[in-house]
Amino acid sequence: MPETNYQTNQEFFVDMQRCIGCKACEMACAECETNGHDSMIHVNYVDRAVTIQTTVQVCMHCDDPVCANVCPADAISKDEFGVVHTANTARCIGCSNCVMACPFGVPKKNEAYDLMMKCNMCYDRTSAGKKPMCATVCPTQALFYGTREEIARMRPNSSPVNNFIFGNEKVSTKVNIMMPKGTTVLRVD
Amino acid sequence: MARLPVSPEKLIEQFGPHRNYPPQEGFVGRDEPDEIVNTHCCFCGMQCGIKLLVKKNHVVGFEPWMEFPFNEGRLCPKGVQRYMQNNHPDRLLQPIQRQEGVGFQNTSWDEAMEKTVSEIKRIQASYGNDAFSILSGVSLSNEKSYLMGKFARVAVKTANLDYNGRLCMVSAGAGNKKAFGLDRISNNFQDLERAEVIMISGANVSETFPTLTHWIWRARDYGAKLIVVDPRVIPLARTADLHLAIRPGTDSALYGAMLKYLADHDMLDHDFIENYTTGFEQTLEAVKDYTLEWAEEVTGIEKQKIELASQWWGKAATSFLLHARGIEHHSKGVDNVVGCINLVLATGRIGKPYCGYGTITGQGNGQGGREHGHKCDQLPGNRDITNPEHRKYIADVWGIDEKDMPGKGLTAYELIEAIHRGEVKGLLSICFNPLVSLPNNNYVREALEKLEFYVCIDFFMNETSRHADIILPGSLHEEEEGTVTTAEGRVVRIKRAVDPPGQARTDTSIILELAKRLGAEDKFTYNSSEDIFNELRVASKGGTADYFGITYKKIEDNMGVFWPCPTLDHPGTPRLWEDKKFATADGKAHFNAAAYRPPGEVTDEEYPVVMTTGRVVSQYLSGTQTRRIGKLVDLYPEPKLEIHPELAAKYGIGQDEMVRVSTRRGSDEFPANIVETIRKDTVFLPYHWPGKKSANQFTPGTLDPVSKIPEFKVCACKLEPLGIKSPPSTDSQAFASV
Repeated sequence: MPETNYQTNQEFFVDMQRCIGCKACEMACAECETNGHDSMIHVNYVDRAVTIQTTVQVCMHCDDPVCANVCPADAISKDEFGVVHTANTARCIGCSNCVMACPFGVPKKNEAYDLMMKCNMCYDRTSAGKKPMCATVCPTQALFYGTREEIARMRPNSSPVNNFIFGNEKVSTKVNIMMPKGTTVLRVD
Repeated sequence: MARLPVSPEKLIEQFGPHRNYPPQEGFVGRDEPDEIVNTHCCFCGMQCGIKLLVKKNHVVGFEPWMEFPFNEGRLCPKGVQRYMQNNHPDRLLQPIQRQEGVGFQNTSWDEAMEKTVSEIKRIQASYGNDAFSILSGVSLSNEKSYLMGKFARVAVKTANLDYNGRLCMVSAGAGNKKAFGLDRISNNFQDLERAEVIMISGANVSETFPTLTHWIWRARDYGAKLIVVDPRVIPLARTADLHLAIRPGTDSALYGAMLKYLADHDMLDHDFIENYTTGFEQTLEAVKDYTLEWAEEVTGIEKQKIELASQWWGKAATSFLLHARGIEHHSKGVDNVVGCINLVLATGRIGKPYCGYGTITGQGNGQGGREHGHKCDQLPGNRDITNPEHRKYIADVWGIDEKDMPGKGLTAYELIEAIHRGEVKGLLSICFNPLVSLPNNNYVREALEKLEFYVCIDFFMNETSRHADIILPGSLHEEEEGTVTTAEGRVVRIKRAVDPPGQARTDTSIILELAKRLGAEDKFTYNSSEDIFNELRVASKGGTADYFGITYKKIEDNMGVFWPCPTLDHPGTPRLWEDKKFATADGKAHFNAAAYRPPGEVTDEEYPVVMTTGRVVSQYLSGTQTRRIGKLVDLYPEPKLEIHPELAAKYGIGQDEMVRVSTRRGSDEFPANIVETIRKDTVFLPYHWPGKKSANQFTPGTLDPVSKIPEFKVCACKLEPLGIKSPPSTDSQAFASV
C-alpha cells in the first residue's frame, strides 16, 4: 500500500431526514472519470405519488463485505482502513454475484464495460486527506464526513448506527446511518 | 424589424440550445490545472464559493472551496455543473446580424457597433430619446449593473432603462423600504442557527437555494421549530413542524390573521412597538375582522394550524422569517411583504442575535444589482431618481448637469407594453430573456416583432435575441473581474478565470465602446473593473446602500464585506438595526396596513382551477445557461403539470397522461404528474422552458401597483384530459422547444 494521508478518525454519516433529493451528490460523483461519468451514489424517490421523500444510497463499506466474500474472481478487496474497493478491472468477470448478494443493493453492473462498479469512498480524495466528493458538496449535509465527536456535537438529537439486522443476518458497516437519539441497531425485516 | 429571419428550428440548429456534456474521458488537464481560481457560482443569490480549474484558457472542472464561510464547499447540482457553460458549442464567438431568409451572418465589431449606434441615433432623432430602451439583468456584477445605469442615463440619455429584478424581488425591496427605509436582509444566515422559530413563506429553499438548507437544518439540530407556508409539500416542508398549505394568492390574509391573533392574545413587544415603530394602530385596524375562521375560509389552511403558527411565533424568544418569490410575485406582492414585516415588528424580534427577517434574493446579483442604478426609478447607492438631492449628487459624480439626467422611466413589463403600443421603437438587452421570463409571453413576442431595432449583448443566443437585428457576443461570469452582493448583503469578489473566446469581448468593453461611439467617451474612462467599482463606491457614499468603505482588497482579505460599510475602517454590517435606528426619515420602523384583496384573476366556471408556477432544482431562471448543460437537462427534462390525485380523478387524468392546459392567454399540452404533495385545488408548472413548454404563456401581466412585479404565482386555468400517454420525457426536447 503506498503512503497515504487517509484520516482514520473520519467517518461517513448519512441522514435521510436531511436529504432534499437535489442530486448534487450524484452530479459530483459522476464528475469522476474513473467512474466513466456514472454516479456511484444513488438518490431515489421513495414513492413520489405520495411523498417528496428521497433516499440516498452509498456503499456502506461492510466490516465483513458480502460482495467480496461471494466474488469468485477475488476482484473486490477491503483495505486496512476498511474501505471496500470497487472491482479490480483485471479480475472482475461481470458475474453479478456481488450485485445479488449485497444487502444494501449497492454494486451495479455496468453492462457496457461488463464490469461491476461501486463507491470506493473517493479513495483518491480520502487517501489525500480530503472528504469524499458527495459529502463535500451535499448542500444539506445529509451526507457528512467527519469525526464521531463532530457529529455528536452537531446533531444532538440523532445517533449514528452502523449495525443492521436483516432477518437472521447481522451486518456491521463503516458507514453510519443517523437515527433517532439512542438507537443502536436498525432492524430491516 | 424584429421578426425571426428564419424558422426557430433553423436558428436552434445553428445556435442552440444544444446540451453540453463533459468528454467521457474527462477534460484534459483537470489533474494538472494551470490555475485554480477562487470565485463564485454564477447562479442564485447564495453565490456559493467555488474553485474553477483552468487549463489553457479553458475552465475544465471545479473543486469545492472549503474555506468560503457561507457554503464551506457545499454546492447544488447547478453549482457542480456551472463550469459546463464554458467550452460550450453554442457560444457566440463573433458579432452577428440578422439577414431575412438566411438567419444570422457574421459581421465585424466595427460594423456591428456602427449599425447599433446609428440606429440608436436614428430612433432617438425620429421619436425622442426615450423611444430607445434598455433592459438589463442582475446576473451582471455590481460594476456592470452600475455601468448600465450610467450608460443609459449619460450615453444613451434615455429614461427607459429597467432590469429583470423587476420579475424577482422588487415587491420585497418596496416593502422593506416602506418599513425600514432600506432594502437588505436584516441578518446574515448564521443567525438562523439559534432561532427558536423559523418561518419560510413562499420560498422553495431546497430547490432554489439548496445550500441555504444547511443553515435551516442546523437550527433544527438545536431545536428550532420550522413553519413552511407553501401550496405544495416542497422538500423543506416534508419534515417541517408545521406546513401551511396556502391557497395561492391569499398570503396577506394569513399574515393579517396572525397579527390579529398576536394582538388579541397580547403576544406583542409593547416597548419595541411604542418606542421604535409607527403605524401599529392603523395596521391593526386594517385586520380587526380577520378571525381564524375567516382566514381559514380565505387561505384554505385549517384554523388550528394558523393558531398554532401564531402561538409559536408569538411566544418565541428568537426567530427568523424568510420569504421569496412565492409571496412577492403577486399583484399584492408588497402587501404580502409588509404583512410579514408586521409580524416581525409586532414581536420586536429584529436587530438582535438570532432574530432576523429578510427576502431570499433569487438572482446571482439580485441584491447588488438592485442597488446601483439600472432600475428605472433608481440611482446608485439605492438613491431615488426623482429626489433632487440624489440627482444632484450623482450628476456631480458623473460630471454631468443634473438637468441632463433623464427622469424615471418605465418598468420592465410596462416597457414591453409601450413597445407593443408602438411608443418605444428600439431596445438594447443584456442578461435578460423576457420571452421566457415575462408573463403572457405571446404578447411579449408580439411586442418584440414591432421593434424597429433590437441589439442584444449575450454569450448565447436565447429565445428573445432570436428577434434581434444585431447580437454582440459578451462575456460569462468567469470572464471578467468584479463583485457581486449575495442574498446576505455580503459583497464578494468574482474573479476572471479565463478570457472570452474567439472574438467575444467582455460586457464592460462592449458598453464602453458603445458609450464612446455615442460621444460620451470622456465620462467612461475606466481601465479596469476595479476603476468602475471605485467610482461606484463614491456614487453609493451617503446612500442607504453605502459601499464606500469596501475595496477589492478588503473583500478578498475578509472573504466578503457586508454593506453598509461607510468608511475604510468600518468592518461592515452583518446584522442591521442593532441600535434600533432605522433608515426611515423618522428613524423608526414602520408598520404598514395590508388589508386583504383577492388576486388579479380568480377562478370561475370557465377557468375553475388555480395555477401557480415556480422552479426546479436543476434549472435556473429562463434557462439560457442551464438548458444548455446536458446533465442538468437530463435531471428534469421537461415541465410536468403537478396535480393532486383527487383533482386528476375528477378530470379522468391518469399518471403521465397528456393534459391540455388553458388560460385566457394561452393553451398547450403537458404530461401530468399526479402527486399528493400539492393542494387539491391547485396545479403547478415550472417555468424555465420556452415555446410550447412555457409556463409563462399562461401567466397574466397583472402588476403590483407599487412594485410593478407581475403576478406569476396565481391565475385561473382549465384542464382537458387528452387520454394519451406522454412520450418519455427524455424524448421531449423541451430544452429547445419552439
